[in-house]
Amino acid sequence: MTTVDGRHELDREAERLAYKPPEIRHDKQGDMNSEERINKAMHHFVKNFNTQTASYLDGCLHCGMCADACHYHVRTDDPRYTPIWKIELFKQAYKREVGPFAFFYRLFGFKPKVTIDQLEEWQHLLYDSCTVCGRCSLVCPMGIDIAGMVSMARHGMFKAGLIPHELHETAKKAAETGSPLGVTAEKFEERLEWMADEHEVEIPVDVEQADVLACMSSIEIQKYPESMAATAKILNAAGESWTFRTDGFEATNFGMLSGNTEWQKEATLKLINAAVKIGAKTLVLPECGHAYMAMRWMGANMYGKPLPFKVLHISEYLADALNSGKIKVKKVDTSVAYHDPCQVSRRGGATKAARDVLKHLGVDHREMKYGGDYNWCCGGGGGVVTIKRADELRHRVFKLKMDQVEATEADELLSSCANCRQSFDDSQEHFGWKYKMGSLMEMVAENLEEDNS
Amino acid sequence: MDLLEFARGPALQWAAYILVAGTIWRIVGIVLLEKKPDYSEPRKSGGYPAAIKVIWTRAFTAEPFAKATLYPKMMAYVMHIGLFMVIFLFTPHIVFFEGWTGFDWPGLPNSVIFFLGVATVVSGVALLVRRLTNPVLKLISNFDDYFSWFVTLLPVVTGLLIPVRALFRYEDLLAIHILSVALLLIWLPFGKLGHTFLVFVTRGTTGMVFERRGAKT
Repeated sequence: MTTVDGRHELDREAERLAYKPPEIRHDKQGDMNSEERINKAMHHFVKNFNTQTASYLDGCLHCGMCADACHYHVRTDDPRYTPIWKIELFKQAYKREVGPFAFFYRLFGFKPKVTIDQLEEWQHLLYDSCTVCGRCSLVCPMGIDIAGMVSMARHGMFKAGLIPHELHETAKKAAETGSPLGVTAEKFEERLEWMADEHEVEIPVDVEQADVLACMSSIEIQKYPESMAATAKILNAAGESWTFRTDGFEATNFGMLSGNTEWQKEATLKLINAAVKIGAKTLVLPECGHAYMAMRWMGANMYGKPLPFKVLHISEYLADALNSGKIKVKKVDTSVAYHDPCQVSRRGGATKAARDVLKHLGVDHREMKYGGDYNWCCGGGGGVVTIKRADELRHRVFKLKMDQVEATEADELLSSCANCRQSFDDSQEHFGWKYKMGSLMEMVAENLEEDNS
Repeated sequence: MDLLEFARGPALQWAAYILVAGTIWRIVGIVLLEKKPDYSEPRKSGGYPAAIKVIWTRAFTAEPFAKATLYPKMMAYVMHIGLFMVIFLFTPHIVFFEGWTGFDWPGLPNSVIFFLGVATVVSGVALLVRRLTNPVLKLISNFDDYFSWFVTLLPVVTGLLIPVRALFRYEDLLAIHILSVALLLIWLPFGKLGHTFLVFVTRGTTGMVFERRGAKT
């Protein structure tokens, strides 16, 4: 049974058409005039047009099926939340500026120039109402990766100074301090020392040569510090030569989420340089979905060459370590529903890893209906959880997730992404929901066999 | 030169030239853009086998989306299969293709083709009604969607009318039919009908990119 705390209207049975989108703020950064903003947006839209994006932007059939895959549209019936509509301006820019028939589009005025009003309106569609979860990309009969293009369209929006205020401030803080939550190297060390004492675990820091570099997300460092102790327990138990580094510990990448490629590159290179410096053979990424996308699939491209080390999400590391017998775990007598982080599973290709781990833990894993690669997103990915004005909409779409989880009737809910966890925690509190999101890695750490021989 | 001679001759010939030139221009315009190398370590090989796999698999809807997309998918299947069979399995068409290519193949009985033609038009009308009434489609549709619908169904309708000789001469009906085909060929490379060839590029690209990651395709 669930109990609603009464502070917020649950509103789970309301007619979908009854939903009224909140009044939208149009945030602006910098003091550019409208013309300058338009030019910046166009210039940076165009920079993303390559053979892959061009075929996608040219190939849309306007069939509208992507709307049925998007949690925002499914929960509101608002046609503006149709995924392909979210990149309409990006498409418009392509057809007018770069496409094979751009000359005719301009000559006859078939595709008008994007206006400042449109760009402002699309701020809500490209940021508040898209978590870049990529579910829409799986339904498209043309195979268009719409989510990937939302990320690219954000590049133009950032340069035009047209992104949500909170996301900009978070990304700016990450660029200035190295952490979206302002966690400095000193603060990180302090938190590590605290966790080492609290959990009586050895946590190596700034070791000069190590095989494995571990890193964290600021969300874990600040909100879920046990993750640091759990990481240490696991890597120690596996007998790894490993370390955290104060010159490269932050795995989140708000440059990527906000659309600033320079900031994205800086954050990525910081981690890569730290790994190269210590001669790491493996970089183990924490429980963070977008960190996996930023480093595993985009890191080498930011570096400009293949990475000299392997990149593993912690769930992949755990699966490898358990499958090879490097670590062993006690059986856990509980039933578990596992929430797949979109960037790790659906878009990252590591769906099986978490399932391997759950198997070793011996839990009764209850796969959600349409779980795994077709999972509903937590609603907070893509930077959405930072955007306060999007809270009402985010809570609204979370109902899909609640239904998906509740149908399993599992005892516990786990994931392997601190951002998902944060977004679940927020919605859990909002709705007074019975499920509390837990961490897959922490369950492993809590159940490590002392004797690994 | 009467209307039928014009339709069979220069109209069809120029339509074919525009079709070929427009298609090449559009494909080249896309292919010549920058190609970004991917330095990430692949989980799977990807490559062209992955492209071919997704070109095939994306023709079918994944189960989680099957219910929501059942109606438009069914209509689209009927329209596409109907069009294909009417174009390539109607005996007079085969005779026409034989004149161009030297190859022939067995056709379907005229009554079956008539039924398929009607089914194609009915499914096309159903899709148009959906486009005009569904809030999502109303929002995202533009001139291309409606004009492409028109030029696709026009040859089917004019073809179905050929046996109806109450008002027009057979030669005139045939000429109108061929001119409507010419219009379709001329428009095909420029608008959304380009999916006839772009479908291989978009599905193939996604297949290669996501299979390489070991991600869901």
